[in-house]
Amino acid sequence: MNVTFSKEEIAFRDEVRAFFRDEMPEGIADKQRLGVPLEPKDFIDFQKALYRKGWAGYNWPVEYGGTGWTTVQKYIFGIEMAEANAPGIITFGLGMVGPVIYTYGNNEQKQRFLPDILESNVWWCQGYSEPGSGSDLASLKMRAEHAGDHYVVNGTKTWTTLGQWADWIFCLVRTSTDVARRQEGISFLLIDMKTPGITVTPILTIEGDHEINEVHFENVKVPVENLVGEEGKGWTYGKVLLQHERTGTARVAHTNYRLSNLRQQASRSVRGAEPLANDRNFMRKLAAVEVELKALEFTELRTLAAVASGKAPGPESSILKLKGTELQQAVDELYVEAAGYYALPYVPSQYTLDFPESDRVGEGSETQSSLTYFNCRKVSIYGGSNEIQKNIVAKHVLGL
Amino acid sequence: MDLSFTEVQTMLVDSIEKFIANDYSFERRQQYAASDAGYSADVWATFADLGWTAVPFGEDDGGFDGGPVELMVMMQQFGRGLIVEPYLANIVLAGGVLRRVASSSQKTRFLQPLISGELQATLAVTEPQSRYDLANIETIATKDGDDWIINGRKGVVLNGGNAGLLIIPARTSGSNTDRDGITLFAVGGVAKGVSRDAYPTVDGHQAAEIVLQDVRVESNAIVGKLDEGYAVIDAVVDEATLAVCAEAVGIMQILTDKTVEYSKNREQFGVPIGSFQALQHRMVDMLTACEQSYSLLLWASMVNADKTEDAKRAISAIKYQVGTAGKKVGQEAVQLHGGMGVSWDVDIAHYFKRLTTIGQMFGNADWHLDKLAE
Repeated sequence: MNVTFSKEEIAFRDEVRAFFRDEMPEGIADKQRLGVPLEPKDFIDFQKALYRKGWAGYNWPVEYGGTGWTTVQKYIFGIEMAEANAPGIITFGLGMVGPVIYTYGNNEQKQRFLPDILESNVWWCQGYSEPGSGSDLASLKMRAEHAGDHYVVNGTKTWTTLGQWADWIFCLVRTSTDVARRQEGISFLLIDMKTPGITVTPILTIEGDHEINEVHFENVKVPVENLVGEEGKGWTYGKVLLQHERTGTARVAHTNYRLSNLRQQASRSVRGAEPLANDRNFMRKLAAVEVELKALEFTELRTLAAVASGKAPGPESSILKLKGTELQQAVDELYVEAAGYYALPYVPSQYTLDFPESDRVGEGSETQSSLTYFNCRKVSIYGGSNEIQKNIVAKHVLGL
Repeated sequence: MDLSFTEVQTMLVDSIEKFIANDYSFERRQQYAASDAGYSADVWATFADLGWTAVPFGEDDGGFDGGPVELMVMMQQFGRGLIVEPYLANIVLAGGVLRRVASSSQKTRFLQPLISGELQATLAVTEPQSRYDLANIETIATKDGDDWIINGRKGVVLNGGNAGLLIIPARTSGSNTDRDGITLFAVGGVAKGVSRDAYPTVDGHQAAEIVLQDVRVESNAIVGKLDEGYAVIDAVVDEATLAVCAEAVGIMQILTDKTVEYSKNREQFGVPIGSFQALQHRMVDMLTACEQSYSLLLWASMVNADKTEDAKRAISAIKYQVGTAGKKVGQEAVQLHGGMGVSWDVDIAHYFKRLTTIGQMFGNADWHLDKLAE
């Protein structure tokens, strides 16, 4: 048992570091540094660069285009990606529907969908929640009626992240109501967003951005070959996907990166004020989050190592989600505290490439701190609220 | 980077687990704790026979060259078994000093019998006024010809009443709280001028208030170098901190297991209390605290084994974590056990008390958080 990187691991780290330094598509680094929102093209360009390097599906099995990386390599990759301030990988294709298709899809579906997911040719979004089905996901009502060679889909999905940019949506739909348990009769369906009968309505989130949507389906015809796995077994597939999602939502490396930036920032004077580092209360709070985050880093490594030994991410991934989101939000709060009065100005318009940095209100990301704080209240709500995660751990880990 | 245990580490865990399962029931532990010495001499002899007392020492000294990771896995099991035998005082504290700086004749005289289980020992880290500052030493040693005369007091010295060997840090130059000018002396537990007020501690262990009045020792009683004892105590206390943290994590894990089990069997309102969501979520919080603490313990042990630049911070991090999460888990275990949790005859109470005393030792959570905030 040891914590230092081997020669091979250091060589790998250097390779990853060089990739992010040299191959990050033009403009993205600037936008990230200036806090300018990314456009779909930026995400796609970045993911395509990963694809060219063979790293897009780095978590996937080798036979489907994965990397075969060890746990430590994945860990290193995560750290380097965060340190490079790279955009996050949009998870819906590579992190969610991809694994469901290669695990439960038939050969035709694997050939049809997986290459485009790997290459980021197709933007996917997730159709799980419905207006009446949040934490109680199994109560979902969107109907898919079997009608010959297709299903007719009617209903509404909501909180659909970046649905406005999506080419395809994967949905949990109800194919049967004549079931003993509500979890039965749910199927996993892939739907082309260009199919007639689909409309996307924006929902503005707390900080004023358009990130999520409602997606309405009215007599949408979906070919039966778009059903993944068996009809009525979608709940099982969807659960596995959520476990993948939860492992991903810990975002430990990203939070670490933000926290270490904050520590550095605290040692500098802003507008001639005394550095925050002299504020014992603030530094104690920061240090306490650092401790928990270091612990989570190793909880994640332990989980990854368990997965590497052949286990699917199990209910323990709920602990990652729980703690990861708590700590993400704790760091958001520290940024707000650090900004003081400059957490108040609401000036999203200054975060564009044309806006002169020197004319901005506030230093650095100060005026974005509160927006991030508000926006990221979502992280303990999505992917199954943290209270639901506790129910899952209680039932499946503690056997209660 | 490698998170897997070696064969030796796994064997250590297995052998301690087996010993506890077969020979160290809670009832026996309570008898040992209630005895005059506060531990079982037979059990201690078994520890020596099984080689556990030799683990941290170099092969030249008859040990197994175990490092922080080996210490961690052992202490975690000792925590689970609620062991009262003074491994910490003997092997980690006194042994830690001897291993680092004892001369070869001192090793023959003290370390060999310590490893073989014949000698009880301790390092008197604290004085009545020192709280957590290891440099706060008012005990003074003054030179008298070739000898040294030691005067002062040591407080809450772990295993202090049983120890045949007391390692006494004393000031040989500088003023109180200076790091320079501290020297370690090997003093006999029954040496002339040593008076000891021994007592049990709330966790079933043993400690003593020790007064040293004109205690005369020869210059060969100096362990390590004159005036340079601070770095030794500091390193030994770091290791001891890691050790008690590992013990605490073992306790937290077993308390969580026992609480979950209890909640499945204890019925109220016609159902097991574990079916109540209010309690389920609290037990999930206990589990999360255990997982997080264990993860951090692995990291802290590894960076100290590898001696990375994080090593010192890691000690404060894990002590802070165990201080806060351990308190939480201990209190919840007691609360969820209801009246059983506050009963002397049920083990939960005693695990909780040990967690509590660990929280008080070698810097509490607040003290270590302050280090991390610097």
